Amino acid sequence: MQVVVCAKQIPDPATPYELEPDTHLLVRPTEQILDDTDRYGVEMGLQLAQASEGTVTLVSMGPAGNMQGIRQALAMGADKAVIVDDPSLRGSDALTTARVLAEVIKREGFDLVIAGTESTDGYSGVVPQMVAELLGVPALTYATAVTAGDGSVTIHRQTAAGYDIVEADLPAVVSVTAGVVEPRYPTFKGIMEAKKKPVETLSVSDLGLEPDIRQKVVSVEPAPERQAGEIVEDDGEAYLRIVELLEKVKVI
Amino acid sequence: MADLSFHTPDPKDFLDLRSELSDEERLLADTVRSFVEDKILPDVAEWYEAGTFPRELAKEMGQMGLFGMHLEGYGCAGTSNVAYGLACLELEAGDSGTRSFVSVQGSLAMFPIWKFGSEEQKQDWLPRMASGEVIGCFGLTEADAGSDPSSMRTRARRDGSDWIIDGSKMWITNGSIADVAIVWAKTDEGVRGFIVPTDSPGFTANTIHHKASLRASITSELVLDGVRVPDEFVLPGVASMRGPLSCLNEARFGIAWGVVGAARSCYETALEYAIERHQFGRPIASFQLTQAKLVEMMVKVNRAGLVALHLGRMKDEGRLTPHQISFGKMDNVRNALEVARIARSVLGANGITLEYPVIRHMANLETVYTYEGTNEIHTLVMGNAITGIQAFSP
Repeated sequence: MQVVVCAKQIPDPATPYELEPDTHLLVRPTEQILDDTDRYGVEMGLQLAQASEGTVTLVSMGPAGNMQGIRQALAMGADKAVIVDDPSLRGSDALTTARVLAEVIKREGFDLVIAGTESTDGYSGVVPQMVAELLGVPALTYATAVTAGDGSVTIHRQTAAGYDIVEADLPAVVSVTAGVVEPRYPTFKGIMEAKKKPVETLSVSDLGLEPDIRQKVVSVEPAPERQAGEIVEDDGEAYLRIVELLEKVKVI
Repeated sequence: MADLSFHTPDPKDFLDLRSELSDEERLLADTVRSFVEDKILPDVAEWYEAGTFPRELAKEMGQMGLFGMHLEGYGCAGTSNVAYGLACLELEAGDSGTRSFVSVQGSLAMFPIWKFGSEEQKQDWLPRMASGEVIGCFGLTEADAGSDPSSMRTRARRDGSDWIIDGSKMWITNGSIADVAIVWAKTDEGVRGFIVPTDSPGFTANTIHHKASLRASITSELVLDGVRVPDEFVLPGVASMRGPLSCLNEARFGIAWGVVGAARSCYETALEYAIERHQFGRPIASFQLTQAKLVEMMVKVNRAGLVALHLGRMKDEGRLTPHQISFGKMDNVRNALEVARIARSVLGANGITLEYPVIRHMANLETVYTYEGTNEIHTLVMGNAITGIQAFSP
């Protein structure tokens, strides 16, 4: 099975994010890490590909930098990577990103595309579905478990109550939640071999696309300070107030 | 001439040593770091209190490639020495016991087989040890032969085509959980190394209890009472003290790196604590005495890191000498210990609980200070090198 995994390089969330003051775009350092969400996608892809003697191709968009994040995924075991790095994609919106990814995925060929549900820096959460639409294949989203083979893919789709079992014919796009599988650590051999694996860097014109970015971040406000909570003194009837509060936040 | 940069340095990497590493080295260090964060740090205080080390971690460590990582072939990863050093650093940022576990397996148990073993011995043992399926230990030190290992009393004599080994070894890391021991013994042919399966009749390993340091690590006494091994279990490549000493060089190199991790953990804990902890209405980091401590720690951590990296590059270029390893072991360990003590004082009473890593590192480093060559012995190795006069033997 030919598996394509969408993988994004993001600034390390452990260091404070910086926004450019005029464009509100995230400042991307040379060294970026593999988005934690994508570690699950890569692991899922590797497991499915290994079970079927297939391959895993990483597809990414964004400033390549020193490729640390991509190398991390290659070191885990992915076979090759294609990254689209083009200044005209700065400030790309979800649809533009999906168009670029879909174009690369089409070029590479695929039986199954795996993506995280949303990136940790952008959080739009719609790219996998858009990619599926652009590729004209089913989108199976929020998977907490994935099995594939014999021309079809089955997932457990996370719901508020538990999960739905969703099945589709291949080719298809699956978005996976964190925890779908436990990502492996790159092996040291993998780390050393990663350097020799093919990484193709493309521009938008290589793909014959014209970016048409329609969304723009117009302003950024700091998140409101958290309000002080309510302290419920137990006068013997505190449980009533607690039940009321729990009902208000709809957990009971 | 280039202008100065006016960026404020990263408090956690003041001299930007990370930029001196290759992409591969960074990725490898990050990998070990996340392993330590996921698998060591959440439980290490419990292991420390209970005096245990979870052997089952070995499989996962082996899978990653930690064991014998800088050796070539036989299932070993074959990384650079700097990469090995970085792994030691990240492991010891978790706990000196974890790093010791890996050091002993790779540098003390696998290395002698790799370096002095026969082809059959290498093929038989190394892949299983690299994968973590087989755990090894290293028996050189004895109760009465520490800094002077050549005064060892353990002896091996030929008996037909076999060897019979008698004696005991002390302070042996991993002894009671090991499947195989590399035992050094005096013979009529000089000091020889023996590959001794720990289930051999006459072999016992007694765990040493009541340690107040390096508690998340197993330390044992090995007793060899007429242990019989075939001639194929002798390491053919060496018959002198050069054998065990070359293993120690490997391990000491790892220690010079490892303690930088322990010191870093102490410094970072103290820095964070000093910024958050308020007394007299202000963070204690605002007091000059505390700032002096924080800077002292930061300077020591960075300096020790520079020394380790320099030694690592030299080793990769094949020009590092044992005397220079002594420099790193002696100076980095004493500096790390000082950092731990300073950090402990910054944390006040919190500095003595296992809620924070500091007291654990501090107590561990007391072991590291004297094992693998005491501070004194390394001082005299360097004293010998600069004066040409050997001070420790008549």
